Amino acid sequence: MTQLGSTDRPAPFCGLDTWLPLPARITRVDQENFNTRTFHVQIVDDAVRSSYRWLPGQFNMLYAPGIGEAAISISSDCEQGGVLEHTIRVVGSVTRAIDRLGEGGVIGLRGPFGRGWPVDQIDGHDVVMVAGGIGLAPIRPLVYWVLRHRERCHRVILLYGCRTPDDQVYADELKAWESDGVIDALVTVDNAAQDWVGPVGVVTNLLRRVRVNAERTMVMACGPKMLNRAAAWNFLQLHVPASRVFLSLERNMNCGFGRCGHCQYGSKFVCTDGPVFAFSEIADIFASEEA
Amino acid sequence: MSDTTAPLIHKQSFLPKDAMNALVRRLVDEGYTVIGPQVHDGAIMMRPLTTADELAKGVCDEQDGGRYRLTDGDSEMYFDNVVGPDSPKRYFFPPQQKLFTLTIKGERFQVDDTTPKPPKYAFIGIRACELAAIKIQDRVFGIDVDQQTFRCESDQYYRRARQNALFIVVNCTRPAGTCFCVSMETGPEAIDSFDLSLTELREGFIVRTGTEKGVALLGQLPAREATSAELELASMKLRRARDQMGRRLDTRGLKEALDKSMEHPRWDEVADRCLSCANCTMVCPTCFCSTVSDTNDLATGQVTRTRFWESCFTHQFSYTTTGPVRSTIRGRYRHWLCHKLATWWDQFDTSGCVGCGRCITWCPVGIDLTEEATAIREQQTEASDRSGRGFVDEWAE
Repeated sequence: MTQLGSTDRPAPFCGLDTWLPLPARITRVDQENFNTRTFHVQIVDDAVRSSYRWLPGQFNMLYAPGIGEAAISISSDCEQGGVLEHTIRVVGSVTRAIDRLGEGGVIGLRGPFGRGWPVDQIDGHDVVMVAGGIGLAPIRPLVYWVLRHRERCHRVILLYGCRTPDDQVYADELKAWESDGVIDALVTVDNAAQDWVGPVGVVTNLLRRVRVNAERTMVMACGPKMLNRAAAWNFLQLHVPASRVFLSLERNMNCGFGRCGHCQYGSKFVCTDGPVFAFSEIADIFASEEA
Repeated sequence: MSDTTAPLIHKQSFLPKDAMNALVRRLVDEGYTVIGPQVHDGAIMMRPLTTADELAKGVCDEQDGGRYRLTDGDSEMYFDNVVGPDSPKRYFFPPQQKLFTLTIKGERFQVDDTTPKPPKYAFIGIRACELAAIKIQDRVFGIDVDQQTFRCESDQYYRRARQNALFIVVNCTRPAGTCFCVSMETGPEAIDSFDLSLTELREGFIVRTGTEKGVALLGQLPAREATSAELELASMKLRRARDQMGRRLDTRGLKEALDKSMEHPRWDEVADRCLSCANCTMVCPTCFCSTVSDTNDLATGQVTRTRFWESCFTHQFSYTTTGPVRSTIRGRYRHWLCHKLATWWDQFDTSGCVGCGRCITWCPVGIDLTEEATAIREQQTEASDRSGRGFVDEWAE
């Protein structure tokens, strides 16, 4: 088992032509909403676990033995090693199999893959994070990163939207982020319940509340296609340069290292060129359906 | 390359027809699994053989959009047929390949078995376009490229099969109706990367050596000096083949034209004809998409992970929890064609098309890649280019 050399980002641990997963134990499962759970996963091999490094926005291929793999972004704090958290919507055969294994179960893991958020460019910027639904999962390590390195950025804004209050992921943390005042966090829901006192409506409504200093703003968004589109359009109209609007994209993934072809987006392999892209890198194809 | 053999490389000589038997026997004796064009199921297939008699001698082919027929040809000619649905790709990147077998032992994945080692392959009668396709796949599978574009570890099976392979390429003297290698600058004559190249005449072959291995092999065969008349005849036949290409594709500015034609009306038009059957991707010598899936042995609990060829024309190819990324045939055909002729350049700094014409011949409705690409390139309109670039230009710059 060797970690591949890489210049700019943590590279995957690979064995047997990169296809052999590392055994990993599920140490804890947190219920997020009716079909979404956060799996705390610990790589079994001590040496690999202690040398495993990753950055916010990267992902692992999680393997349900005998069933298959799914690409799941890492949601925990990248500076806290040992346990890797993966928030999974239990909707397919692989995710259901992982869910069935539950706490104490052993799954496989390959990774970390991909290029994450540009944390190395954050210095001196206002950071606007926009997330929808489970799109908060790849944003969460970025929030942790910003909280650890708060002095490196100016304003930090997190806008999160989901369908109903019960659909929030990391609800307790969102509450804490909203009330602590270290960052400006705001949660909106499409459909409110009676006890909901926050804003109601889609997350893009919140975008209008943000006063943007285009000179120093960085946008990082992850959500369904329409959210990414609305977020990108909104900030581009406010003259935030396309090279500072970042989107994390979802694609079908099989190999994770740019070989199987599934994740192609125009000329990009989302697994290695992304999943995080600056808008300027994908402007040519962003408006096209089915690129 | 040692000094003694260097002058012999790229030297041309004459090999009589009956030496083909000795050549195949020699390769078999040297431990090669010899692969050559044979007639199988009414088509020319690249399959293992042990004697020259198994080659598709005297067989000719007719190819056109959606049409393939074998016909009787000159009984003296071994290679008067052109490429069939098969290509050497399957020997480097098998259609179905076991990656490994696992047994789950508590917190350990015990590897019971891995990918078998590839045999030593010798290819007789592969064509210049197929050699070009192999060089393209070299980049995809991570060998033969500089470290800068090296995406990950190279594919070990591919690397081993490729490094041990011997290539006896045949220069095409009779192109098929769907060939356009001249447009793609890959044929009909192989320029490099072969051990031996053959140009077939009625009485024998003009043979050219490409490597020391080729020189050594030829040394064991009854070759003689080629006469100037024989050399002249061979080059005349190749010149004629260049002029007889069944299809043509003007590639100048084609990538740029396709890059800004995401919304071209032609995509709708071709989508009406395309059946999304995936034939073009299955016969293409450069297509590399694959899917790894698991099979379980219920008796032993063993898990086998197998890699299969996959096609971008299927729904599951791009499936995510919100549905397939490319749910329309328009989107899938556009992705395939643009990948071959445009985005392949961005990814691997080469075209993804070698002009072999297989996708045209084996398309059940005869969709012609050269015709589609030409139509798009020649009717460039404002509306074809509805990219986000305009948006950026307008507001963000």
